[in-house]
Amino acid sequence: MSKNLYLFAGVVALFLFTGLVLTSWNQTLLILNFALVSSIMALGVNIQWGYAGLFNTGVMGFAALGGLAVVLVNSRPVPEAWSAGGFGILAGLALGALTIAATIFLRRRMVKGRARSLATVALLVGGFFLFRAVFDPAVDAVEAINPTIQGNLGGLGLPVLLAWPAGGLLAALAAWGIGKTALGLRSDYLAIATLGIAEIIVAVMKNEDWLARGVKMMDLKERPWPVPYEVSLQQNPRFLELAANWGFDPVSASSVVVKLCYMVMILIVLGLLIWLSERALNSPWGRMMRAIRDNEDAARAMGKDVTKKHLHIFILGSAVIGIAGAMLTSMDGILNPGTYQPLRFTFLIWVMVIVGGSGNNWGALLGGLLVGWLWLIVETLGPMVMGGITAGMAPGPLKSHLVDSAQHMRLLTMGIILLLVLRFSPRGLIPEK
Amino acid sequence: MDILNALVAFLNFVFIPGLAYGSQLALGALGVTLIYGILRFSNFAHGDTMAFGTMVTILVTWWFQSMGIGFGPLPTALLALPFGIAATAALLLLTDRAVYRFYRKQKAAPTILVIVSLGVMFVMNGIVRLIIGVEDQNFADGARFLITAGDFKTMTGLTEGLAIKTTQAVTVVTAGLTVAFLFWFLQKTRTGKSMRAFSDNEDLALLSGINPDRVVQVTWILAAAMATIAGVLYGLDKSFKPFTYFQLLLPIFAAAIVGGLGSPLGAIAGGFVIAFSEVMVTYAWKKVATYLLPDSMAPDGLLQLMSTDYKFAVSFSILILVLIFMPTGLFKGKSV
Amino acid sequence: MAEPFLIGDGMTGGYGAADILHNCTIAVEKGQIAVIVGPNGAGKSTAMKAVFGMLKLRGGRVVLDGEDITTLTPQARVHKGMGFVPQTHNIFTSMTVEENLEMGAFIREDGFADTMAQVYDLFPILKEKRHQAAGELSGGQRQQVAVGRALMTRPKVLMLDEPTAGVSPIVMDELFDRIIEIARTGISILMVEQNARQALEIADKGYVLVQGANRFTDTGKALMADPEVRRSFLGG
Repeated sequence: MSKNLYLFAGVVALFLFTGLVLTSWNQTLLILNFALVSSIMALGVNIQWGYAGLFNTGVMGFAALGGLAVVLVNSRPVPEAWSAGGFGILAGLALGALTIAATIFLRRRMVKGRARSLATVALLVGGFFLFRAVFDPAVDAVEAINPTIQGNLGGLGLPVLLAWPAGGLLAALAAWGIGKTALGLRSDYLAIATLGIAEIIVAVMKNEDWLARGVKMMDLKERPWPVPYEVSLQQNPRFLELAANWGFDPVSASSVVVKLCYMVMILIVLGLLIWLSERALNSPWGRMMRAIRDNEDAARAMGKDVTKKHLHIFILGSAVIGIAGAMLTSMDGILNPGTYQPLRFTFLIWVMVIVGGSGNNWGALLGGLLVGWLWLIVETLGPMVMGGITAGMAPGPLKSHLVDSAQHMRLLTMGIILLLVLRFSPRGLIPEK
Repeated sequence: MDILNALVAFLNFVFIPGLAYGSQLALGALGVTLIYGILRFSNFAHGDTMAFGTMVTILVTWWFQSMGIGFGPLPTALLALPFGIAATAALLLLTDRAVYRFYRKQKAAPTILVIVSLGVMFVMNGIVRLIIGVEDQNFADGARFLITAGDFKTMTGLTEGLAIKTTQAVTVVTAGLTVAFLFWFLQKTRTGKSMRAFSDNEDLALLSGINPDRVVQVTWILAAAMATIAGVLYGLDKSFKPFTYFQLLLPIFAAAIVGGLGSPLGAIAGGFVIAFSEVMVTYAWKKVATYLLPDSMAPDGLLQLMSTDYKFAVSFSILILVLIFMPTGLFKGKSV
Repeated sequence: MAEPFLIGDGMTGGYGAADILHNCTIAVEKGQIAVIVGPNGAGKSTAMKAVFGMLKLRGGRVVLDGEDITTLTPQARVHKGMGFVPQTHNIFTSMTVEENLEMGAFIREDGFADTMAQVYDLFPILKEKRHQAAGELSGGQRQQVAVGRALMTRPKVLMLDEPTAGVSPIVMDELFDRIIEIARTGISILMVEQNARQALEIADKGYVLVQGANRFTDTGKALMADPEVRRSFLGG
């Protein structure tokens, strides 16, 4: 344990050093909050991979669903849009769901054969056109309403804190659908299926403007935050006085305070999740999960429904990722589907889990902090370093190319770190107990 | 009712683009399926391997162009292709030596190899972005069309034009030649047969004295060739952008799984299934329907099943259907 | 007495920490048939795999034609003239019969058309089906492909792990006839058999293993005649 304490102490020192020497405190807190939220996602991946050996490459999708939940729960409803086509959209979606349910029912009731195949196809095709007939005009109507700032249905107008569990719920639903089809098959299939669903979730969020304005983005700052606004802090005389007393510039002080508030909230959620997962891991249930992971055949022979247990774990882990995704979006104050990049959201999280130590929750946290720090600090320091390297070079296309490409260095760095850890320390910094 | 014009519209907007795209996917899926058959893991770095090979080809193409070397009406990239393949093969052999071999000797679980391939994907992606950047690169040159729509109209007197881009013709011909070579190699040569034997039954292949290292090396070289050719053809036909190549992973995997992982014939069939479904689902059929239906029944809408933004959803849905109803794919790949 | 052509002498070892074989000795003379029999879990297959180098020995040695091959890998033993037919997964199911035989001859640098002709002479049905995928054949035919594949290297010793597992009695007799024919060409045969009675009938030498150790060793006939062997291992 003492080694792990040193590791965490090292991380604290790293962040202090970043704040004191490398950049501003504001920047450091930004990195820290990003790293902490990423740690929660890493926790979710660790639940899936470390406890059950499930390979999820769709972290991005589940995180994006969390972000969507913030819009759906928190943002103000648009009554005109609802009256114009909101119920049409809901009816369309219900029709779509009904078609799928009817198809499943039909396939269960009919005997296998050509008649069943034909009926399935007919039902699906018919259902699809019916869905489009109801759905499309409703969407057009909604998107026509005040398109420069609205054009969407809006949300429920509920407090943003409710959006966090809602994000988990949304992600859990998606995980249930994916898990139902891809679990129980060979392990690579889950990886490929989750890769696909993540792309599709983000594509839906980019293109369905009625949902959350798509790439036109959703500004969430007009709604009450769980923390004070920077702007209102800057207008608060008491705050200004405090800042002046401590010798801080009020603008940067306000954003530091806001970030500190977020940090505390993230830490609470993180602590709660770690506590719960540690409890679960050391319960009979956790021991059974690890037994299944280590020897699926033996577990099956003992009568355990391995696929079902995997489904539970997969849903749980995805829900945790969804919660983290919701927190990230409410922290950013904006939902921009364009920022969901698989390299940043899916594969970076994987690097965190592997580096930290798969199967260990504290490892996921450590990996999240370290790799999160590295990811963002390279963004800041990379161009500086590259500038130093190229300082002696004559200005020209090569020099500017090198300076421009510094931002891509981090992909290379992440890949090399991942490969080195897998090769030389496959159990990570804090191995499973 | 104007069947001829409807047919031409169909050929022009659905069949020919689908054929070209299907050829590109088939080549990509062949690489995935070969690696799966021999090395037994799904290579997530394949999209970025394609990007790397294409990048090298583009650089050599630019160099040729700067020296005034061209290929007549054909794209110069075809001349540069062998260089791209050689560089990619060298990179993959180096990667195997430095990375994959260690896990192979350990007999690591396939999932571990998949994660390792993620790391390789990162590195390759980083290299490509570092060298050529993230922007779109257009490197097609030579004649743009084999037949232009206008020529076709004057030739046939039809109102609907049929345009065949040079890159489309080049894609189909090159893909055909490549596939023919690959099948000849696998079916007729001693090395090719030993690869099939190794894929079929590794232990027995070892007992028969087949050298696994050699089989693995040849596999990487073939995968490099397939990936580079697929990538260059895709880039010629559309354009080169590193991130697009990463995204191609999904349709390529879908194609390989639909055909049956490990089955080369399946990979080709899967490539065309995915490509044609994608094109047909995202094509607006209004034009074709207008020719076929009487004026009174002319459609108001675009008759488009799904917007092109959702083309990934098409490959994904097919993938899911295959996973549910026939996990071993059309051509009975390996399910374990 | 001169050393036998192939001998696994005093072999001790197993796959993991626990030994399966305890000072077990198996040998076969040139052109003869040696059969390993014994109850389930007696280590019959393990003994054969040990001779072929598929597990690490802690004690004992393996000598082929006067040469100590104890440390060689199975692949290297193939080059030395040993052919091995595993019990299961012993053919390339997706490849044609002829390709299976070709793969058997993979290590040969010379022409192997004559060997293939000999295999086809031995198993005429294979010639008939040579362009068919081996996986489509019946169980007995698959075993013929498996044996044929191993013969393609022109081995000096052919090792068969339960060649008649899962085939009908008629096919089994047929297969045993072919094995005798192979032995007559001067190839030594070492095989593990579940059907002890029939196997001992054709065996020049029989080994009865119990718990990884030699219990009885004698000629096939003598073992068949031994009342204790009959009672304990041949079902009376």
